Amino acid sequence: MLDWLHMGGYGFYVWSSYGMLALAIAIELQALRRHRRAARRRAEELRAEQAAHAAPLRETNG
Amino acid sequence: MTTFARFWYRYASPASFYPLAGRLIPVFATLAVLLAAAGLYVGFFVAPTDWQQGEAYRIIYIHVPAAWMAMFVYLVMAFWSAISLSFHTRLSAMMAQALAPTGAMWAFIALWTGAFWGRPTWGAYWVWDARLTSTLILLFLYLGYMALRASIDDPRRADRAAGLLALVGAINVPIIYFSVQWWNTLHQGATISMTAAPKMAETMLTGMLLLTFAAWTYTIAVALHRVRSIIVEREAASGWMSRLASPERPPAADGSAPSGAAAR
Repeated sequence: MLDWLHMGGYGFYVWSSYGMLALAIAIELQALRRHRRAARRRAEELRAEQAAHAAPLRETNG
Repeated sequence: MTTFARFWYRYASPASFYPLAGRLIPVFATLAVLLAAAGLYVGFFVAPTDWQQGEAYRIIYIHVPAAWMAMFVYLVMAFWSAISLSFHTRLSAMMAQALAPTGAMWAFIALWTGAFWGRPTWGAYWVWDARLTSTLILLFLYLGYMALRASIDDPRRADRAAGLLALVGAINVPIIYFSVQWWNTLHQGATISMTAAPKMAETMLTGMLLLTFAAWTYTIAVALHRVRSIIVEREAASGWMSRLASPERPPAADGSAPSGAAAR
């Protein structure tokens, strides 16, 4: 196992490459989740605003 | 109208594309995981050690797919930008916007893995070689695209400005691709070509292609996920979005079910 990780002396280069890809993917997936949360929260706020504006209208319409 | 045209008309609307994208994400994500697992297995446990480069060559399995994706995603981004600029379709601009961060990630990974491959094989992490420099410019084009878009508040104006940048920058992609032929560079020529037999062992090629398809499906899944968030951001004020968010709302006056708006 250790021998395999050693990669014939090139372990540092091989694992630096694969490690950065893993890190980049982890960061991107986290960013996706954050983006979705922020977008949904903003949409929720917008709907609340719209509802607040629409409410008095509905009352006058009876 | 042909079925094909009808399909495009139907899904060009964010309202009908949103649920479709949601259904496609798990399909592409699952494929990406399976292909990556198979590709890594073949790459590390089946493919032999390179006689010249030893184990260092195993960086190829992510370096080449990342470099291909960086170029290809840029072309797709430029394509959607062109559609958006000529037909003023909303969804195509959103697709371009959704692809940029992932394209930038691939460009960065191509440069990073190239540096860590270059050090043991060429003796340098970086050289100002035509291939490397044009790939660095590609990364800057992606970052410039995202920065330009972020700096313009009106989304429609941001679409046009960023779309134009994406189109003009597309000229860089053939420059990267042919750089190894046009200039005398340190970077090796194409390993895989449409016109010649591959210059590598079959198992090595298999591993690389599996990981290329994994990178493809990953990019599709991520772009679809991101485009859904962008649709929510940009269409939040529209009627179909509020119906989608609150299914308990009473049916519309025409009697159609509220969920019908999303599925239509």
